[in-house]
Amino acid sequence: MPHVEMEKVEPLLEQYEPQRINLIPILQDVQETYRYLPQEVLRRISQKLRVPLTEVYQVATFYRCFSLVPRGKHVIQVCLGTACHVRGAPRVLDRILLDLKMAGPGTTNDLQFTVETVRCIGCCGLAPVARVDNKNTHPHLTQAKVGGLLKKYQDKAEASRTAKPDEASHAEA
Amino acid sequence: MLKLKSPHEVKELQLCLEASETTRPCISVCAGSGCCASGAENVLQALRRELEKRGLQGTIDVKSTGCHGFCEKGPVMIVWPEKVFYNGVSQSDAKDIVNSVTNGHKPVEKLLYKDPNTGQRVLHEHDVPFYARQQRILFGNNGKIDPKDIRDYIKVGGYSALGKVLTDFSREQVVEAVKCSGLRGRGGAGFPTGMKWEALRRSTVRPRYIVCNADEGDPGAFMDRSLLEGNPHSVIEGLIIGAYALEAEQAYVYVRAEYPLAVEHLHAAIEQARTAGLLGENILGSGMDFRIHLVQGAGAFVCGEETALLASIEGRVGEPHPRPPYPVQKGLWGKPTVINNVKTWASVPVIINKGADWYASIGTERSKGTMVFSLVGKINNTGLVEVPMGVTLREMIYEIGGGIPKEKKLKAIQIGGPSGGCIPASMIDLPIDYEALTQAGSMMGSGGMVVMDEDTCMVDVARYFMEFLEEESCGKCFPCREGTQRLKEILNRISRGKGEESDLDLLDDAGWMIKETSLCGLGQTAPNPVLSTLRYFRDEYLTHIREKRCPAKVCRELIVYQIDETICDGCHACVRVCASDAVLGEKDKAHSIDSGKCIKCGACLEVCQPKAVLVH
Repeated sequence: MPHVEMEKVEPLLEQYEPQRINLIPILQDVQETYRYLPQEVLRRISQKLRVPLTEVYQVATFYRCFSLVPRGKHVIQVCLGTACHVRGAPRVLDRILLDLKMAGPGTTNDLQFTVETVRCIGCCGLAPVARVDNKNTHPHLTQAKVGGLLKKYQDKAEASRTAKPDEASHAEA
Repeated sequence: MLKLKSPHEVKELQLCLEASETTRPCISVCAGSGCCASGAENVLQALRRELEKRGLQGTIDVKSTGCHGFCEKGPVMIVWPEKVFYNGVSQSDAKDIVNSVTNGHKPVEKLLYKDPNTGQRVLHEHDVPFYARQQRILFGNNGKIDPKDIRDYIKVGGYSALGKVLTDFSREQVVEAVKCSGLRGRGGAGFPTGMKWEALRRSTVRPRYIVCNADEGDPGAFMDRSLLEGNPHSVIEGLIIGAYALEAEQAYVYVRAEYPLAVEHLHAAIEQARTAGLLGENILGSGMDFRIHLVQGAGAFVCGEETALLASIEGRVGEPHPRPPYPVQKGLWGKPTVINNVKTWASVPVIINKGADWYASIGTERSKGTMVFSLVGKINNTGLVEVPMGVTLREMIYEIGGGIPKEKKLKAIQIGGPSGGCIPASMIDLPIDYEALTQAGSMMGSGGMVVMDEDTCMVDVARYFMEFLEEESCGKCFPCREGTQRLKEILNRISRGKGEESDLDLLDDAGWMIKETSLCGLGQTAPNPVLSTLRYFRDEYLTHIREKRCPAKVCRELIVYQIDETICDGCHACVRVCASDAVLGEKDKAHSIDSGKCIKCGACLEVCQPKAVLVH
């Protein structure tokens, strides 16, 4: 498990009234900051909001957006909506997993990629699609396009590693 | 923008904006999620660069708008005032487009839509068959306005319905208008909106809340997203009118986290509306206070169910509870709450402006107004379609949708997401309304319409939905939690060729049991995909069971890939793409597939140009 930078938590918590209604928005912020929900942070949230840790844990494990283990630098969301399904999304997913040598959706050992499935990102007109890092949507995917797609982000990952050695070493720690 | 202090000032601003409109050409580029994925951002940048390069920024405007609906042909754009419609635009076309505007609007021929029936190029959007049969009362403004600029919305008459309500309508009259319009909930179940509002008004408990359900979870549906992205103020205006009628001071809009652009636009719109005095305290000088909170979902399909959604807003796990009590009796924090879908709220200003009678004149006897569908799957013209209730599936598929690609045969139409069902091609003349669809074993749902052709396996479709529902079942009640798992297991068995004929009775029995005994809407409708495919496609199930064969050649364990050596030209494309090194053979010589190594991924089939790869 990577080292958890607890100093990032307080400024984040201060943006919210310590009320239960803010539990999910806080968890979303934490997820975005750390790319997962570290146990120590969940304890702090429970204390601050006065919501029992079991309930924080219940919410954290109920919703799909949250992860209790670190996610990769790049998150590939393969859409498995109905339109994508009938246009061949399962095969695209299999190819991505195969190329990344993964048995199923999850995170690669080097923490570069997380592959997850989503149920419809609303780009059905362009099926099958995958979205990377919540912003880049790749339309009309085929198995033949998968290699290029992964390479694009692999290169970026390499590039950012050389540019910012500190950050990269954290991610790998 | 200055704060508007009365309905009169809204009207004045609208007139002023209308008057200031010049004949200056404007290029409106669709920047919805679909077109953006096709490169609309690059097109926008290229256009702006081109204008800057030629010093034309003040002469020609460029606007990024919401979804125009025709995702298949994206990026699309309209050049005003001539209203020339371009499709499939790329950044390299920017120069030609600007040239055409400066050279007396001679259209860029190659970017005009080509009608596949006539082969003719079409100049205007309304002449494109995809648009010609639509009646776009909710989505019509999407192509005209910049969703991030409230003045654009006001210019096309936005917030005039609110003005009208605040000056001329009592609260009861608003509810009456909604009731008379015949508007029914657009989220799926079709409960009459006016009746829901009336029920809330009967309650004496305060405070009251209103909620907009934008947790559009149905896979294959993206209408709500497009409306929030393209015209968020129409939803906000509906909410304010609702708040007036229902005496609510706060609203919550619950948006899926998977829709970042919709969240961004809605957030900006709420801020602008607040600055303009349309939200906050003393709205337009009426003494009414009203706030809208934006809540982001965290990825749980069940949160589309109203009681689960309320739990999620409160910061709890999204588990439903039995109704009654209904949310109008005991909703958010135990207070009376009205929940409506995005399109329902957006319909309210239209009803006020055009009148309940006008609205009720559209559609069928019991389903009024228009319905928005996302027409997707094996169809030529994928995109968003808004049609009057009562049009037939045939009109949808063949006139608007342009038929099935590659001359394939239509097999079924899946309507209503995982809660809906598959309607067979033989029922293509079915009119689309709430009752007709329910009778056919499907349901209106939120409007996802997935077209399936002969290459779609119905057992696989049923299995797909069961897998989805099993994963998304919240687990609170036994029939749904266990039932969806069992149905999935049986379907898996059948799709592997290991099913027995008695499995079909088991599916049927278990399906009805889950329907009758589940706690919430998710479970009560979960078996629909199975029951409807069993009803209409029993033969296909039987072929899987008796002959161990998948007629659509989808179920992996029942198919074999082969290469026809007489057709194969040895181009090596399949060898390069094969994930398991199963394709053998030298370049320029016929290849073959080692079935022992083949993982049946179908990559070779995708890339084979001469169509030498066969599936048995």
